[in-house]
Amino acid sequence: MNEIVRPAPVRKSVRLGAPPDRAFEVFTAGIGRWWPKSHHIGAADLDTLVIELKAGGRWYERGADGAECDVGKVLVREPPARLVLAWQIAANWKFDPGLVTEVEVRFIADGTGATRVELEHRNLERFGEGAEPMRQAIDSQEGWTGILQLFKQAAEQSEV
Amino acid sequence: MAYERAFTALADPTRRRVFEKLSSGPKSVGAIARGLPVSRPAVSQHLRVLKDAGLVADRAEGTRRVYSIDPHGLGALRKWLDQFWDAALQAYAEEVAKSEKTRR
Repeated sequence: MNEIVRPAPVRKSVRLGAPPDRAFEVFTAGIGRWWPKSHHIGAADLDTLVIELKAGGRWYERGADGAECDVGKVLVREPPARLVLAWQIAANWKFDPGLVTEVEVRFIADGTGATRVELEHRNLERFGEGAEPMRQAIDSQEGWTGILQLFKQAAEQSEV
Repeated sequence: MAYERAFTALADPTRRRVFEKLSSGPKSVGAIARGLPVSRPAVSQHLRVLKDAGLVADRAEGTRRVYSIDPHGLGALRKWLDQFWDAALQAYAEEVAKSEKTRR
């Protein structure tokens, strides 16, 4: 059995000039207003994204053709402090009900009328058994570095 | 070595563009071919080379084939997620700033 090296979670934080309750509201109810439209899993262009803030809720995208594609489930909702979403899009860009990676978002009051939002996307090792050979390939300088650079450029271009 | 094949596969500029087109999500051959100065059969041929090099994977969706960046590309995926959340949170912060402005 090969030793599995777990990829580090992706961690991000951002400071906002709004109190936690409004930051939470824009993140959840307003997600359709800010979610990057360039990346979507449905066949059609992305129309909007919806987070259902109820027990057993899901979050999903709706395409311009009206088709809904699940991104995952809402695991924890503690407005206005915390939200945990299940990201269930596999590396092949398909919703996989058997895959659960967690996206935790914390809304922390930071002085008056300001919020620090911390986001962590974890359990990335669950994305695939191909993790280890891929990690080795990446670690070698002559390996994937150039490809990742290409990947990065392409990803950045599509953000515009 | 798999990544040597990957490099060889990506040495061709058209093939590189085919690969880049998949960085924003899975696409059919038709969608990939759109905007490229080559025929669909040529795109299919490029996709075959990329698949053999382990760079892309394909699956059937109805009567067509949909291509995506290879699912074993976990490191690439993490990188993608990292950039994705950067872009997403930036857009989110801008939206919060905008909605705060309209409240005042």
